[in-house]
Amino acid sequence: MAAIVGPGNIGTDLLAKLRGSDAIEVGYMVGVVESDGLARARNQGVAASAEGVDWLLRQDPLPEIVFEATSAAAHLVNAPRYAEAGIQAVDLTPAHLGPMVCPPVNLTDHLAAPNVSMITCGGQATIPMVHAVSRVTPVPYAEIVASVASRSAGPGTRANIDEFTQTTARAVEEVGGAERGKAIIVLNPVEPPMIMRDTVFCMIGAETDRGAIIRSIHEMVAQVQGYVPGYTLRAEPQFDEPRPDWRGNARVAVFLEVKGNGDYLPPYAGNLDIMTAAAAQVGELIAGSKREVAA
Amino acid sequence: MSRPELRHDVRITDTTLRDGSHAMAHQFTEAQVRDTVRALDAAGVEVIEVTHGDGLGGSSFNYGFSHTDEMTLIAAAREEASQAKIAVLLVPGIGTVEDLKRARDAGADMVRVATHCTEADVSPQHFAAARDLGMETVGFLMMAHRTPPENLAKQARIMVDAGCQAPYVTDSAGALLMHEAKARFEALVAEVGDQAWVGYHGHQNLSLGVANSVLAYEAGVRYIDGSLCALGAGAGNTPTELLAAVFDRLGINTGLNVLALLDAAEDVVHPYLQRWPKMDRNAIVQGWAGVYSSFLLHAERAAERYKVPAHQILRRCGELGYVGGQEDMIIDVAIQLANTRTESG
Repeated sequence: MAAIVGPGNIGTDLLAKLRGSDAIEVGYMVGVVESDGLARARNQGVAASAEGVDWLLRQDPLPEIVFEATSAAAHLVNAPRYAEAGIQAVDLTPAHLGPMVCPPVNLTDHLAAPNVSMITCGGQATIPMVHAVSRVTPVPYAEIVASVASRSAGPGTRANIDEFTQTTARAVEEVGGAERGKAIIVLNPVEPPMIMRDTVFCMIGAETDRGAIIRSIHEMVAQVQGYVPGYTLRAEPQFDEPRPDWRGNARVAVFLEVKGNGDYLPPYAGNLDIMTAAAAQVGELIAGSKREVAA
Repeated sequence: MSRPELRHDVRITDTTLRDGSHAMAHQFTEAQVRDTVRALDAAGVEVIEVTHGDGLGGSSFNYGFSHTDEMTLIAAAREEASQAKIAVLLVPGIGTVEDLKRARDAGADMVRVATHCTEADVSPQHFAAARDLGMETVGFLMMAHRTPPENLAKQARIMVDAGCQAPYVTDSAGALLMHEAKARFEALVAEVGDQAWVGYHGHQNLSLGVANSVLAYEAGVRYIDGSLCALGAGAGNTPTELLAAVFDRLGINTGLNVLALLDAAEDVVHPYLQRWPKMDRNAIVQGWAGVYSSFLLHAERAAERYKVPAHQILRRCGELGYVGGQEDMIIDVAIQLANTRTESG
């Protein structure tokens, strides 16, 4: 049994994704004021309340997993209460209290963590590619560029855009496996809205086995497609020859398109979709591992 | 925060060492920066911008790595300037508050926070930091041709309310025709009143940088940008030395020494130019199709690598509505064009 706290766009899309899951049943949707999101959850037979986490912690049974889709400030307050109640938290906010996880890269290391952070949308989209390269060859430097439709960047992201660049850059290093990471985000207001695009540049040695990198990237794309079907390469990975200003290194560039599933959020908002899809994947795998432990 | 007192009729900011960084493929050396700042400072330029072309933190695969760390260049500029203020560019999403603090420590006096013309609400975090650091502030509303005057004015309001002392009509694509530029100047001047100054940053892609600067002054714009030898992205910026000469003939006091600026352009900047920005096919296409000027060199490189014409890449970027910062999409467009060509050929 799981709960979603935060019945906004993200929480509602997550609920839509988890409705199709065999491993997880969402029993509760929690807000702090009456909202469309709570009403929609009730219509789908989910117990929903505007009385916040106080209400959630009075329920019987308690959820085993809670998905936090509120704000960093709210999660900072809620996280210790979940921990005290023995509920595992999957955090979609920028609070980053627990280890940063990207399902196909490092989730198995953190299945039992009381709290895991979903990093950022750009991180979920690009870190699998950084890892696909860094598991083949050392990556002294990786850089990611995320382009998202203006409409899909909410007020929270806009008020603290540095949080995106800094957190993503850190995760490119710590989770992706690059020695040094950099992240860039661009908001584009074009109409109709552009589908999320991500570019991943990795510095690689001049003599690296390029065929092995290409195979690794394709395998990883297939893995991400398992939970984000609209995750595709725009072109084969592009290799650039070593240059003096790259300190004699070569470069591989990966061009991605991330089209959302359109469950509740519009398909162009691949940046939001990959967060909810990755969170759902994390939830399913945690639930699966709990069952294994129980069995 | 209030707008600063003007020393002259108009306040000219020279961006040779920032926008010019694009045309130099970000390869400025410390010696070039020192020589240029010394000449600009002596000629009476009040504000000198020194940063990677894409702003603080711009040194990257996507935009090109800097030859010399920008903090070293900022510190060198600060040492050389006796009366001029040193400004830095910061594009939220690329640069961060941490970068700004380092620039402040290196000696920057002013920050110019740049967003796409409809995305001003990503800037308040950086204006707040600038205020805390005691820096002067300017706001760049880039690609100003892409939104109507009344909306541009609303975006300027967001910046001013966040502590911006001078929102700019930033014609990043050099695309604004004279009546379009004028309408935007008037809208911003009316919106900010005496709470802030309004600025204009022009590019020469359609050869209108100087003419639009004159219109800007007439409309009440009081911050105007230029570059020596037009050194800047696309066909370059409004030439500072030319701006000084024209304003002098109009009897508008800029505080600039025209002859000293002509010497600076000819004797200091001209010798180190790798390319003299000019209105060639690719640059004109940028103005005509409304494409971010900094895309020029990237499109030329992609054209060579993927064997497709640069002006076609640029036009496609215009059609797709790409904005400043999306240099990676130039490679994507080149690959797609090359594939189409192979399929049809």
